[in-house]
Amino acid sequence: MSDILGYGAYIPKNRIKIRKIAKVWGKNPELIEQKLGLEEKAVPDQDEDTITIATQAARNAVKHADINPQKIGAIYTGSESHPYAVKPTSATVGEAIGATPEMTAADYEFACKAGTAGMQNCMALVESGKIDYGMAIGADTAQSKPGGALEYAAAAGGAAYIIGEKDGIAEIEDTYSFTTDTPDFWRRKEQPYPEHGGRFTGKPAYFRHVINATKGLLKKTNQELENFDHIVFHQPNTKFPTKAAKKLGIPKEKIEKGLIVRKVGNTYSGATLLGLASVLDDAEPGEKILVTSFGSGAGSDSFSIKVKKHANNPRPVKKFVERKKYVNYGEYTKLARKLKR
Amino acid sequence: MTHRKALPGIWRRFPERYRLEGNKCKNCGEHFFPPRIICPNCRRDGKLEGHEMSKEGEIYSYTIIRSAPVGFEDQTPYVLAIIELKEGTKVTAQITDVDPEEMEIGMEVEEVLRKISEDGKKGKINYGYKFVPKS
Ligand SMILES: [Zn+2]
Repeated sequence: MSDILGYGAYIPKNRIKIRKIAKVWGKNPELIEQKLGLEEKAVPDQDEDTITIATQAARNAVKHADINPQKIGAIYTGSESHPYAVKPTSATVGEAIGATPEMTAADYEFACKAGTAGMQNCMALVESGKIDYGMAIGADTAQSKPGGALEYAAAAGGAAYIIGEKDGIAEIEDTYSFTTDTPDFWRRKEQPYPEHGGRFTGKPAYFRHVINATKGLLKKTNQELENFDHIVFHQPNTKFPTKAAKKLGIPKEKIEKGLIVRKVGNTYSGATLLGLASVLDDAEPGEKILVTSFGSGAGSDSFSIKVKKHANNPRPVKKFVERKKYVNYGEYTKLARKLKR
Repeated sequence: MTHRKALPGIWRRFPERYRLEGNKCKNCGEHFFPPRIICPNCRRDGKLEGHEMSKEGEIYSYTIIRSAPVGFEDQTPYVLAIIELKEGTKVTAQITDVDPEEMEIGMEVEEVLRKISEDGKKGKINYGYKFVPKS
C-alpha cells in the first residue's frame, strides 16, 4: 500500500470577481454567481504558468514531507495547459526541486483528472518497489474563450503529492477508475480555447463518471459511504459536486471542507487535489476521505484514504485562498493574453 | 538563430537559476552567488563546494522600473531589488506579487520560480528566480 508523505498547494494571488466578468458580457451577475456557486477565481500573473505553479506546489510538498528530493524516483505532472506542446513540465519541476537526474518523468493529459492519474502511477511504482518516492502534480492555468461559459470558472492553481511506501500522514488504501469515450469537452491542436458540449457536460459526463467511480470504489473495497468523514469531488463549480453528493445521499457537511471552488474557481487538474489538500490540512487521525476526480473525455479516479496523523502543513490551502489581490476584467484579459496585437 | 547559440550557456546556469545554487568556500566559510571559480579571499587555498542558497532574505535596496527594456514593457511598473540572503550574499532579482508602493528596505522576502522571459512565440521560455514578500 501507499502513503501520502506530504503535499503542497499553490494558488496565484490574482483574483477576479465572477460578477465582473458577467457584467462585461451583459449577463445577470447575481444569476450567474448563484447558478454556478462561484464568487471569484484565481488567475495567473504574467510571469506564472503551469510550470511555475507546479514547481511552487512541488517545493511546498518537499518541505512538508521533509524528505531528500534526490529520493524522488518519478514525477508526473497532469495538466491541460502545459506551457510547451513538446518539452516536459515535469523535467523543469524535477530540476527546480533538486530531484534530477536519477528519476523518471512524464507529463500527463486527461482534462481535469490528469493529476490523479499521476497519483495512481506513483502508487504502482512505489507498491512494486521500483521507486522510493513518487511525486504527482495537478496544475493548470485554464484557458477560456472571452464571453464563453467557461470564462466564469477557468482558473489557475495546483497541488503536489509525495507518495511513499510508509510513515506518511495518510494511507491511500485503494483506487478505482471509470473511463469511457465521451465528447463533453475538448481542445483541438493549436486551438487557443477549448470547446464544450453545453448541457452534455452534466449527466453523461460529470455525473455518470463521478458516481460510477465512487460506487465502484465502494464495491471494490467493500465499504459504505457512511464509512467516510469527508468526500471530495472534482469541482468545476459548486453546483456539480453538490448535486453529485445529493444524488448519492451524502450529507452536505461531508463535502464542505473539500469544496474550495467558490473562492478560487475551477483549477482543472489542480481542483480535486487542492480539495483533498484542504481536507488533509485539518483532518484528524483515523478519519476517512473518499476522493473522486473527473476529467472530460471522460473519466474519474476514485481513492479511499485513511488519515494517520495531523498534517501540520505550514502552508495550508487556506493561506493561499486568503492571499489575494483583485484585478478588473481589463487587467485580466491582459494577464491571460486574450488581447490580440 | 542567435537563441540556439546561447543554449549551452543558459543550460549550464539552470542549477543557479532554478535552485539558487551557489558555492561556499570550506576554508574561509564565505558563500558566493552566482558561484565563483576561485575564492577571492583564499585564492589557491580556497576549497569551493556547491551550496544551495537559503531561499529567504531581506531587501537591501530596490528600484522601480517604469521604462523597461525590450521584452519587459508589459510588466511596468515592476521592482528590481538587491536581496541580502541569510548567508549574507547579495542577489539582484525582480520582486513579484508586490505593489511597488509596498516596497521598503529591510522587507522580508522569499524566492519563487517564475517566468523571466520568452524568446518570441516559437522560442524557449526562460524560467528563473524572483522574490516575493514573505508569506
Ligand atoms: Zn575562502
